[in-house]
Amino acid sequence: MKIEQATWLHEHYEFSLAELCELSGLSETELRELVDYGVLAPIEPDARDWSFRADRLVVARSARRLRKDLDLDPHGVALVVTLLERVRDLETELRDLRAKLPRRQQQS
Amino acid sequence: MKYKDYYGVMGVDRKASAEEIKNTYRKLARKYHPDVSKEPGAEEKFKEVGEAYETLKDPDKRAAYDRLGSHQPGQDFRPPPGWEKQFGGGQFSFDDLDLGDLFSQFSRGRRRAGPGGGKIRVPGEDYEVTAHISLEDAYRGTEVDLELEVPEHDEQGFPHRVRRAFKARIPKGATDGQRLRLPGKGGKGLNGGRDGDLYLNIALHPHRLFRASGHDLYLDLPLAPWEAVLGTSVQVPTLAGTVSLKVPPGTHAGQRLRLASRGLPKPHAGEGDLFAIVQIAVPTAASGRERALFKELAEASTFNPRGHFEREAAK
Repeated sequence: MKIEQATWLHEHYEFSLAELCELSGLSETELRELVDYGVLAPIEPDARDWSFRADRLVVARSARRLRKDLDLDPHGVALVVTLLERVRDLETELRDLRAKLPRRQQQS
Repeated sequence: MKYKDYYGVMGVDRKASAEEIKNTYRKLARKYHPDVSKEPGAEEKFKEVGEAYETLKDPDKRAAYDRLGSHQPGQDFRPPPGWEKQFGGGQFSFDDLDLGDLFSQFSRGRRRAGPGGGKIRVPGEDYEVTAHISLEDAYRGTEVDLELEVPEHDEQGFPHRVRRAFKARIPKGATDGQRLRLPGKGGKGLNGGRDGDLYLNIALHPHRLFRASGHDLYLDLPLAPWEAVLGTSVQVPTLAGTVSLKVPPGTHAGQRLRLASRGLPKPHAGEGDLFAIVQIAVPTAASGRERALFKELAEASTFNPRGHFEREAAK
């Protein structure tokens, strides 16, 4: 069986604006709107051609699903995505704190 | 073809108004949307609800669905004669068709009838799968077996569910919550549209000894009281085998001893650290001699671990 190679979506890879549009299914207008609302930040906002950290694709795809499935306007999408990012950050922090807690203490 | 009870899935009456259906969908979407919901099985439930709503929200599709009559969910049934005409195709077999896939093709019939034909490029669907791997696998990199059921289109353009199995290589550098992309491994594109992608969400199995936080690892290191006081050298397990760790004299509980670069490898370069968290372990049943020695120590020592309580009380 052929083995498929997977690529990481992490901050050390980049996508161009066009790539991010294609992979997320968002139009360029929608993506620019997300940038305007502060949901997605290009690596260099002043650059002529925007590029994004590859992990931003996860956020862009989530935005597209929310818009389509929950019938949200761009402002609503921005609000939900921002809150979801915050939940994710808090979950990461919680996982970090749990990892640092001795296991015996965790069990009690 | 197996019957799906779209009204039942959404929990609405067959006579429900379009407004009621829309409101119910919104309620269910808020509850089960995989981006928002933490309920177990939410993703599956949302797929069912979404499929039901796709058909019931469209008056033409809903009418076509209603003409199928009412059957038990999962029951094999045959649509009334000529029913398939609205899908723009000629004769075809219903045997292995999925009702949801079929309704997603519904607009094809309408588009054919109008000008322009039905040759719009449709990108394939993306899929998302969680891969549960062990910490050892994340450390070394691993291969996972994946199985997906994706719709593929026959010559007439009708979708059939096809089971697709393949192996994917997860390079080293994985940690909890990280994502991988497998380009082109999602659903097939239609009329020259690009194939969908498969996204892998990495989830680490809990480990007996180590706890991961990003690429750093944490390990409990129990020390005997005299080891903590006098200092020692201990053998500590890592994912690459046992290493020697120097414990300095006067080490206290909760202190973190860092083993640089003994954590998980990072995807681009470098690796996380391993932290041994000191715990002071005491023997549950001390022997007579041990007790005698501890008594002697208690009498000899001027150490007061609660001096700050007394200082606080004296203020």
